[in-house]
Amino acid sequence: MIQFEKFTLDNGLRVLVHEDKSTPMAVVNVLYDVGARDEDPAKTGFAHLFEHLMFGGSINIPVYDEPLQVAGGENNAYTTNDLTNYYCQLPAENIETAFWLESDRMLSLAFGKKSLEVQRKVVCEEFKEHYINKPYGDVWHKLRPVVYTTHPYKWMTIGASLKHVEDATTADVKAFFKKHYNPSNAILVVAGNINIVQVKALAQKWFEPIPSGEKYTRNLPAEPKQTAPRFIEVKAAVPLDALYKCWHIYPRTDDRYYTADLISDILSGGGSSRLYQSLVKEQQLFSNIDCYHMGSTDAGIMIIEGKLVKGVDIKKADKAVEAELKKLQQTGITGAELEKVKNKTESAMAFEDMSLMNRASSIAMYELLGDADLMNKELDKYNAVTAEGMLAETRIIFDENNCSTMYYLSEN
Amino acid sequence: MLNRTIAPPITDSTNFKLTLKPYDFFTLDNGVPVYAINAGAQDVLQIEMVFYAGNWFEKNKSIAAATNFLLKNGTTGSTAFQLNEAFEYYGASCSRACYNETAVLSLHTLSRHTDKLLPIMKDMLTHAIFSQEELDIFKQNSRQRLSVNLQKCEFVAGRTIDKLLYGETHPYGTFTNVEDIDALTPQQLKTFYQQHYINGKCAIFVSGNLPADINEMLNENFGKLTLTKPTFTVNKIPTTQASEKKIRIQNDENAVQGAIRLAQNFPNRHHPDFMKVIVLNNLFGGFFGSRLMSNIREEKGYTYGIYSYLQNHTQESAWLISTEAGKEVCDATIEEVYKEMKLLREELVDEEELSLVRNYMIGGILGDLDGPFQIMAKWKNIILNGLDETYFYDSVKAIKETAAEELQALAQKYLNPENFYELVVY
Repeated sequence: MIQFEKFTLDNGLRVLVHEDKSTPMAVVNVLYDVGARDEDPAKTGFAHLFEHLMFGGSINIPVYDEPLQVAGGENNAYTTNDLTNYYCQLPAENIETAFWLESDRMLSLAFGKKSLEVQRKVVCEEFKEHYINKPYGDVWHKLRPVVYTTHPYKWMTIGASLKHVEDATTADVKAFFKKHYNPSNAILVVAGNINIVQVKALAQKWFEPIPSGEKYTRNLPAEPKQTAPRFIEVKAAVPLDALYKCWHIYPRTDDRYYTADLISDILSGGGSSRLYQSLVKEQQLFSNIDCYHMGSTDAGIMIIEGKLVKGVDIKKADKAVEAELKKLQQTGITGAELEKVKNKTESAMAFEDMSLMNRASSIAMYELLGDADLMNKELDKYNAVTAEGMLAETRIIFDENNCSTMYYLSEN
Repeated sequence: MLNRTIAPPITDSTNFKLTLKPYDFFTLDNGVPVYAINAGAQDVLQIEMVFYAGNWFEKNKSIAAATNFLLKNGTTGSTAFQLNEAFEYYGASCSRACYNETAVLSLHTLSRHTDKLLPIMKDMLTHAIFSQEELDIFKQNSRQRLSVNLQKCEFVAGRTIDKLLYGETHPYGTFTNVEDIDALTPQQLKTFYQQHYINGKCAIFVSGNLPADINEMLNENFGKLTLTKPTFTVNKIPTTQASEKKIRIQNDENAVQGAIRLAQNFPNRHHPDFMKVIVLNNLFGGFFGSRLMSNIREEKGYTYGIYSYLQNHTQESAWLISTEAGKEVCDATIEEVYKEMKLLREELVDEEELSLVRNYMIGGILGDLDGPFQIMAKWKNIILNGLDETYFYDSVKAIKETAAEELQALAQKYLNPENFYELVVY
């Protein structure tokens, strides 16, 4: 059970406070309700590029990092298809430094030319490092537009092409800031060795004077229901053939999300999981195989991916995966399997909650989903999943007409 | 009206008192030492059993790693599947890791399930069988993983720089080739297991929310085994350094970036310069606000990130600079690194920058001590390096007190380009 208190400033900024007196540290986490899904299809990668620019100086403070480091703090940020999250951790005594820095960049960036020029290059190098200069690095670049025909999840957070990043202008940056970076689109979480009275006073001092801005209303094109199997074959200079299969699942706040999540745990995630035991150990068709889902806010996807043992025909491997799914659809799961994945979930949550930083970002994330208290109801939702419910869902999710398959083949 | 241009007052981090929570200590009946940190709000714990069973002790490459991995792949009474299921049923995980001197078997679990899981670990440590079938699958999957890794420039750069620094026959410089994997036999693993696990030297580190009877539980499961306590030392193996300093390797014709590694040998933590060099390293390339990052990423945009660090080895270390940079700017990147070395040699760091580095480092340690696993990680590092808690307090003192003149002298002593291997893999 994670305790927290919540209040809202006059400008609409939601503030959540989690006290933990056992640590000397404090975490200030600012989440902005904007991700790659909110981008213009002709200017993708922008939410992430913008995250870099948030460190290039704000209206009253020429650099972000240095004053924080002087106060003994460190920070980072990440962008996903759904959201952008900034966090810093510093000794609790110096917490006001974080309020000062975070509020100033919410008020306005400096929009320096140099920062944009340099960060465009940095992001291009990041793009190369992770998605070009790596075997299998371009899989999602190729697969997302097959799985999503319409919804903006069809491009990756880093962007659909290097060119979009290279072409970003200062005017784009300013417009993006105005649209998304304001108190009505943000959530502030303060955690650690602090108290509510102190946080209230600091929030009123630093954040309340910021104009609330316009609330961004998200209106994204929905992904139409898939009605036939999809297939893509890629040849690349990689040493091993790889198989990817994706199925549409549910939005994060849908109750069926929990069922789908546990189904992925039954299939993979440990040495006793079904796919590993059957396909890696017994049949030796794959050298590794995983099942996971994207965990995205809008309807996400479940994925099975694996690298094939050299010499195995990919069609045969694909059939073997389908046979495992068929078995699941016909005989369902055992009581012991269900108990196992529920125990795993409980354990994973407890380990995750050990870190103050994780607790702070979880609070922000669940508040974004609608209510931070959802965080404390998660375990009950997982425990409510039944073997019958899972069986029914395996038949819906693993329908061949809901599936996209990619054969990523070795040229060699 | 709020003046946002003025920073709020801060407490200088160097005023913070840092204390390393002491561990509880006891020994099992067979003399195996147990170090325990009982803390944390969550009902979880971590047990790490550290064996002197790293690649230091193997006669042929990969034996130590294969033995460590296959501890969980079958005992006389249970198959690999049954062992995995035994842990996973309780939402626990039992993992293995093989290093140079040591190899570790660790457990992460909700504390209340500990009693059900220790007997399974005991079974792995007494009755593992290393069957031909399991070894064959391991070999096949290792070969495949290696073939993918070898296509990554950063992977090739990592193993090449180690070879240059320590020599291919030294445990720190060696690496696995396909032939080494092919040559593994069950008998080699069984022999290694007998010597370094069954009759091995072991220390146990346990942290988290500990059950009241943790001592009894550990003693009941592991106290009667033929394990002995480690001396935390190993026989010296001499290193050999490559004579050629500048190396370029073409690994992937489609590469758009080069993996750059600059490195020189460096003494271990017992050397009097070590703690002060850690401060110099931070200033140079140890964090996001460092000279290297500010210049090469934030000023030039040549890379997504560049760091310098001291390798975490026990016997001797190395000082590395590591980055992935655009293929066309690799040479320019290296030139900038050397320029930054020159600046540190020739100019005193000013008080403002030094104070920033000090505060950042102290704040980092304070944050690092958050939670039982982190506290234990600090202790484990101290103990396995044959140090004691004065190392922790002296390190803090070095951060707070090392003067600009000392840092310049250290830069003049160590940061000379001619002493560095210069490797680019693209």
